[in-house]
Amino acid sequence: MENRFQALLMGLVLGAAIVYLFMPIAKAPGPAGNRLAAVDRATGEARPETAAGDTLARVRERGELVCGVNQGLPGFSNPDDKGRWSGIDVDYCRAIAAAIFDDPDRVKFRPLNAKDRFTALQSGEIDILSRNTTWTMSRDTQLGLDFAGVVYYDGQGFLVHKDSGIAHAADLDGATICTQTGTTTELNVADYFRSNGYKYKVLSYEKNDEALAAYDDHRCDAYTTDASGLAAVRLKMKDPSRHLILPEIISKEPLGPVVRQGDPQWADIARWTLFALINAEELGVTSGNVEEMKSSDSPRVRRLLGGEGAYGNAIGLSDDWVVRIIRHLGNYGEVFERNVGTNTKLGIERGLNALWNKGGIMYAPPIR
Amino acid sequence: MAGAAARDKRKIGLKWSNPAVRSVVYQAALIALVLYGGWFIVTTTQANLARLNIATGFGFMDNTAGFGIVQSLIPYTEESSYGRAFLVGLINTLMVAGIGIVLATILGFFVGVARLSTNWLVSKIAWAYVEVMRNIPLLLQLFFWYFTVLRPLPAPVDSLSPVEGVYLNNRGVVVPSPVFGESSAFFGIVVLLSLVAGYAVLRWARKRQSATGEIFPAWRTAIAIVLGVPALAWLFGGAPFTLDFPAYRGFGFDGGMRLIPEFIALLLGLTLYTAAFIAEIVRAGILSVSHGQTEAAYALGLPAGRTLRLVVIPQALRVIVPPLTSQLLNLTKNSSLAVAIAYPDLVAVFAGTVLNQTGQAIEVIALTMAVYLTISLVTSFLMNLYNARVAIQER
Ligand SMILES: N[C@@H](CCC(=O)N[C@@H](CS)C(=O)NCC(=O)O)C(=O)O
Repeated sequence: MENRFQALLMGLVLGAAIVYLFMPIAKAPGPAGNRLAAVDRATGEARPETAAGDTLARVRERGELVCGVNQGLPGFSNPDDKGRWSGIDVDYCRAIAAAIFDDPDRVKFRPLNAKDRFTALQSGEIDILSRNTTWTMSRDTQLGLDFAGVVYYDGQGFLVHKDSGIAHAADLDGATICTQTGTTTELNVADYFRSNGYKYKVLSYEKNDEALAAYDDHRCDAYTTDASGLAAVRLKMKDPSRHLILPEIISKEPLGPVVRQGDPQWADIARWTLFALINAEELGVTSGNVEEMKSSDSPRVRRLLGGEGAYGNAIGLSDDWVVRIIRHLGNYGEVFERNVGTNTKLGIERGLNALWNKGGIMYAPPIR
Repeated sequence: MAGAAARDKRKIGLKWSNPAVRSVVYQAALIALVLYGGWFIVTTTQANLARLNIATGFGFMDNTAGFGIVQSLIPYTEESSYGRAFLVGLINTLMVAGIGIVLATILGFFVGVARLSTNWLVSKIAWAYVEVMRNIPLLLQLFFWYFTVLRPLPAPVDSLSPVEGVYLNNRGVVVPSPVFGESSAFFGIVVLLSLVAGYAVLRWARKRQSATGEIFPAWRTAIAIVLGVPALAWLFGGAPFTLDFPAYRGFGFDGGMRLIPEFIALLLGLTLYTAAFIAEIVRAGILSVSHGQTEAAYALGLPAGRTLRLVVIPQALRVIVPPLTSQLLNLTKNSSLAVAIAYPDLVAVFAGTVLNQTGQAIEVIALTMAVYLTISLVTSFLMNLYNARVAIQER
């Protein structure tokens, strides 16, 4: 009995010794293992060296940007049969790659579903999330993430079967609605019906395609998502002409790119890449004229294109960063028209996404 | 023996050459390592969450959920809390798993016995059933029931109506729901009393049989009492409830009770799939009972049915119950595939929607895992109790 007790003590001592030996490994700063070390235990606050962040450095070292996108949403991010991605969200990531590498193809696209997108960003699996993601307060403040701006002002709508006779959202009282789980959509539907005192049933599918299939088979009376998504989704239906997008928009869905908190420089790059695209449109800089515009007399254009000031340098890029972006991608208007504009299958008008001086609300702070 | 070992140990004393000492040291070291590992993971996670500014804690459970759930057995609205949504999901999981367990066990038993039938056709049908069901992935089967079988049903307007008041459409099955009136309390008491009486008859018959050897048709009598007495009460006391018939209004049926196709598909899939495995377990259990037992029973003049029920099954159960338990656990865990066909189970509602709206992955996933662990442990515990009961006859 006594011996047993002594042996146990000895074991504990030995165990403690082993643990002690392991400690330095756990604490040693390594490329991935340095998280713990970088945190001030007492306050839980990050120390400055990680706060400065190193996303840009890591992207440079890797030689490519890893960008989280939608698995397949025509106009926003969609792979073609050769695996080449296109869409507004995709072009935005290419713009960042162009600004860093002068090469819009140095991006690896990581398709993500609605559910996994934030975790992928939090865990560092992707450098930036550009996946028709609505900027909301809780996402901005509680997930350790920051939104970099609004790439597309959207709002939620409904898609219904034409033969159902439904013409307005108000006709949906009592209806069953199909949607995708993990979206703001799921919540807006509830808000809309609740505030109007309508009855409804909602079916939330994990995969968008399943939600659509369910709607297509009349399991639901309506399918709901962002209006842009509806236009894209309607094209995917067997016979698009048998479906109707209701005129009502029930929510605000400002869609924008997201980065991790704690790396202000990277957030600046994300934000100002978007602003550069918009400012270029406002100043009439296009992929066609960007080389000539470099010698423009306008100080605003000169600052944009790096002729005056060292604005690129200030965010860790070269001063011709905007030239690189516009040369490869064009300005915001070009990106919009190419991917979702009236000459594409989606045929979406600029609407809210027109520049502020052209009847829309697209407005970027000046580069100066 | 034990005394000798103890003496030996004392002689050798606290030396490394003593295997007992070594073993205790190793075990203690292992425990210390595991504890340290756990502590390390927890503190690292906490520190990282804080560093990344990600909200932590279970405070969110009181916040308003704000989303709708298509099926709920307890009152739930968008204004309810995340905690309430958790309960709704949990109850939906328990409902489909509970009903699935009962149905799969019954069906599995029948198929398992049928597989051993001397009737060629019956045994081949059972064989085909087992082979088809257990060789197709469950997820595919769910898709089959959901997308192929239930989806093509007509829209609510053109519902199939096999019986007045019962409607079958691609939104599920709607049946009239009972509305309990004044006489329902009286009727409930009658039902309860007849159940007690039926049970008393069974006990009395068993006692009498072991005392005198005389056989009384106890089951038949008990069933007659349990069904007959309430029927008489219904006849003379009037119906205990009225029926609320579903009526077609707007987009579908109002009133009545409904089973949504997501539930039906999941229940069908889980039941049919698990029953195939249970059938094999039952068959193995029955085959494990030596044929001599059956022959002995026949020699004593027991008919085939009684031989199976009184001689073979009780012995087979000892072999059946432990693997049966793990099949029941599998069924419960497999119910989480619900998320694929939009049945609002715990995983879909809590680890799906709630996780996304709150972003608190660690809390949500930990709680979800804890729930499944608890359900499994409780199921195992109950099955172990049952196992102890059937095993006790061992001589
Ligand atoms: N903007 C909404 C919805 C975004 C969303 O995920 N929309 C769905 C419906 S259009 C989608 O893109 N699904 C495509 C997929 O998951 O493959 C949000 O941020 O929550």
